[in-house]
Amino acid sequence: MSEHQEDTKDVTSRETGEVEKKAEGEASEAADKADGKVIEADKADSEAPVDKVQSEAAQVGVKAEGEAPAPASEGAASEATAAEAEREAKRQAAAEARAARAAAKAAAEAGGAEGGAPAPAAPAERPARAPRAAAGAAADAAPAAPKEPSPLQPQLDAAAALVRELVDVDAIEEAYVNELGSHMPTLVIRPPYLRRTAELFHAHEALGCSYLRNVSGVDYETHMEVVYHLVNMASGQRYALKARADRSDPVLDSVTPVWETANWNEREIYDLLGIHFKGHPDLRRIMMPDDWIGHPLRKDYEPLDPEV
Amino acid sequence: MGAIRTEELLLNVGPQHPSTHGVFRIIVKLDGEIITEATPVMGYLHRGTEKLAENLNFTQIIPYTDRMDYVSAMTNNYVLCHAVEKMMGLEVPERAEFLRLIVMEMQRVASHLVWWGTYLLDIGAMSPFLFAFRDRETIVQLFNELSGARLTYNYMRVGGVKWDAPPGWLDKVRAFIPYMEKKIEEYDRLVSGNEIFLSRIQGIGRYDAETAIRYGLSGANLRCTGVQWDLRRNEPYSLYDRFEFDVPVGKNGDCYDRYLLRLEEIRQSLRILRQALEQMPEGGETMGKVPRAIRPPAGESYVAIESPRGEIGCHIVSKGKAEPYRLKFRRPSFVNLQILPKLLVGETMTNLITILGGIDIVVGEVDA
Amino acid sequence: MDWLSSSPVTWYDALVVFLWGVVLMLVVLGFVTYAIYFERKVIGWMQYRQGPNRVGPLGLLQSVADILKLLIKEDTIPRKADRLLFVFAPVLAFIPSFAVLAVIPYTQKLYFADLNVGLLYYVALSGISTLAIVLGGWASNNKYALLGGMRSAAQMISYEVPLVISVTGVVMMSGTLNLRGIVDAQSGGWFWDWNFLPQIIGFAVFVVAAISELNRTPFDLPEAESELVAGYHVEYSGFRFAFFMLTEYVYVYAIAGLATTLFLGGWHAPAPFLDFIPGIIWFALKFAFIVFFLFWLRATLPRIRIDQLMGLGWKLLLPLSLVNIFLTALFYELFQR
Repeated sequence: MSEHQEDTKDVTSRETGEVEKKAEGEASEAADKADGKVIEADKADSEAPVDKVQSEAAQVGVKAEGEAPAPASEGAASEATAAEAEREAKRQAAAEARAARAAAKAAAEAGGAEGGAPAPAAPAERPARAPRAAAGAAADAAPAAPKEPSPLQPQLDAAAALVRELVDVDAIEEAYVNELGSHMPTLVIRPPYLRRTAELFHAHEALGCSYLRNVSGVDYETHMEVVYHLVNMASGQRYALKARADRSDPVLDSVTPVWETANWNEREIYDLLGIHFKGHPDLRRIMMPDDWIGHPLRKDYEPLDPEV
Repeated sequence: MGAIRTEELLLNVGPQHPSTHGVFRIIVKLDGEIITEATPVMGYLHRGTEKLAENLNFTQIIPYTDRMDYVSAMTNNYVLCHAVEKMMGLEVPERAEFLRLIVMEMQRVASHLVWWGTYLLDIGAMSPFLFAFRDRETIVQLFNELSGARLTYNYMRVGGVKWDAPPGWLDKVRAFIPYMEKKIEEYDRLVSGNEIFLSRIQGIGRYDAETAIRYGLSGANLRCTGVQWDLRRNEPYSLYDRFEFDVPVGKNGDCYDRYLLRLEEIRQSLRILRQALEQMPEGGETMGKVPRAIRPPAGESYVAIESPRGEIGCHIVSKGKAEPYRLKFRRPSFVNLQILPKLLVGETMTNLITILGGIDIVVGEVDA
Repeated sequence: MDWLSSSPVTWYDALVVFLWGVVLMLVVLGFVTYAIYFERKVIGWMQYRQGPNRVGPLGLLQSVADILKLLIKEDTIPRKADRLLFVFAPVLAFIPSFAVLAVIPYTQKLYFADLNVGLLYYVALSGISTLAIVLGGWASNNKYALLGGMRSAAQMISYEVPLVISVTGVVMMSGTLNLRGIVDAQSGGWFWDWNFLPQIIGFAVFVVAAISELNRTPFDLPEAESELVAGYHVEYSGFRFAFFMLTEYVYVYAIAGLATTLFLGGWHAPAPFLDFIPGIIWFALKFAFIVFFLFWLRATLPRIRIDQLMGLGWKLLLPLSLVNIFLTALFYELFQR
């Protein structure tokens, strides 16, 4: 528990003294923060400890502005306890975040190459950056060496080619190697082609992923995503398949007919996140009682008892 | 004489039942003593760990992981710490890694002992339960000295372990190994040849390798069918690639094979422990260079290790903050349990208990 | 009790008989109390732990405390249970168990009833308790209890047959159904004159069938705790449950007494030079050994499955006991003429 307190203290001290260093080195992080700003501010709303609220609000203000600390951060900090100030900070942060994102993208190349993050790669979630990472040599980071392609890039390319050939040319939304996640070749599949891609991965002897390890659902604020982790037991090759569904009415094909493992996993995702799986033999709630309203793991879930 | 009207009996096994190993319910349709349909109902122990984790930083989540698979808490701790360390590229010092491996293997022995004792108790033999717990007591006492708790240790941290072993602790572990090896032989002789036991277990709950892979089984449930898949071997983590050990594999895919496999795994764990204690460095740091605030860079990662029950995995989606954006645990008991309805059709009530015990579930993990 | 038949019976005689009955019941109750205590102690020692050792010196008052607890519990009867049958079942279970004790002879002079069909009387009455168990299972209005009751009925009927047939060999050797007569027929002076050696097959079948009749491990399916959550007596609490437990232990007493009488030579010493020790001590020792053996089995063996149990009873024990009769008859035909 002491680590957490140190964390808070650190942030508070940083906000006063070391903002520049932080902002410089973690410009890419700032851009990500912009993504998560709404959640942060929401969290800040509901969070009890005042200092955390202060620090979060200040952080949002600071990060969104990128390079330099702004007087707005002080203003936000002083009025942090008021709810209006939170929303104010939110709106401000949202506006600045959008601007910062554009700026940060260009700066992030340099920032990432300078080793701001200890992991050996830029965050892999960026659609825009993925082709660049895949191409490798086309990176326009002048001071840093061009990013080396991942050793599993050929595996990814082979799989992607097979999918394009045997399922559909535009079945893949993106394909990249998730270097942060131990170089896991990841393919994002468009929902209409999910089932056939799953069958391909299961049946084709070059891919031969007979073992589905894990099915996770993630609620990004803008969309929902389901991640399938596969492994080919004979060769040890691992793949991750992803499918995105829109948040208001998430529907995806079930892969239960392909891998039976997905049965209860998909029921759990349905129960906790609300994603409906077409073709699932028995889609009903598994953890929550059968008559529960709502999907608890969603980010906008209001608990039954507001004091919980 | 007209046909006699018969009905199927709907029987509820659980949630309070001595043999369901936790708060877990199976709705069973019986025709006499034969099961025609079995539907597991779970969620009685769902505590919302994954939702809670979204508001906690990683060090705060570690005690929650203890409580998921409470019989094997050290491996739960490890999967979370390992996942974060891999994402952040942190290096764990040698001594800390050795300590982690030693406690994980001891935990495997303790977990399999619990399984063995309770399984035989379900089958009707009451004495092995006490023998198993007596030996587990030694391990649990050692853990108590090490971390301060008997069941939920909260021992590992991102980057290392919380404390070094107290002086003399490693010698006690060293003394425990030959004692346990002798005891396992004794228990094997006591139980494994017993006529009644064999007739209760052989040929029950049989499935083949293809079914096992399709259902995503892991651990002894998968290896009993002959599939060589142990994450300590196939996707080595920690220091397992430095030690020699066998991965026992079964042939028939029935409860007896699972039983023998788990006993053999205890022996192999003791073998690993012996080697680890020999190779362990004398002194060293227990914690690596970890930044003050543990913030994995934005991205996601899936990391899996071999717990006594099977593959436990940790899928982290991070937005670069101290708290995970989404933390999902791939729990082996949850996935292994899926095969239960299929295995139970056509079996008797007695075999339900035998099969359920053979899968080795911990309900804290099924529900998380 | 010969004096009973010699003179006309008076009220005084009736009172004496009644009081002797009370004495036996007190002895039996004392036995039950300490059998439970020793079972827990012995099983505890076999499991590397001590049994009860807190209540009273060495835990000797543990059973007394348990019985007291059972007696002062609330008497619950499930709402939809069949009240009359529910109340009647434990009583029906207990009465025959006590009634069969009348024919067991303790020594040459110490016996209660000298029936010429003593063995038959025993076997006939012990079957009534099966009825009571089924009754209890049905009347509880509980599926688990019903399953337990059905299992128990099937089990007890299946093992009644080998039990009776296995003692037929003893009857053939002794020439009488009178239990005292059977013990007299084993009075050679040495332990090899006892029936367990010549009738070794019968003895083995008898032991297995008797354990099954008692519903003890490895045949304790009707009360299989880990499957049926106490089977047929799951809905019973308080003194009604105490009755079922009492029945079980009185039957242990009865079977041990019967086994001692039929196969282990009753009150005879194992060697002639040892017969200065009174017969009652020998009876008690043999009796205690059998009870200990039952406890030992409980601590050691797992439980048999219902279909395996049926298979064992009908396909193994019954043919074996028939073979036993055949061999005994052959032996007598060839060697005893």
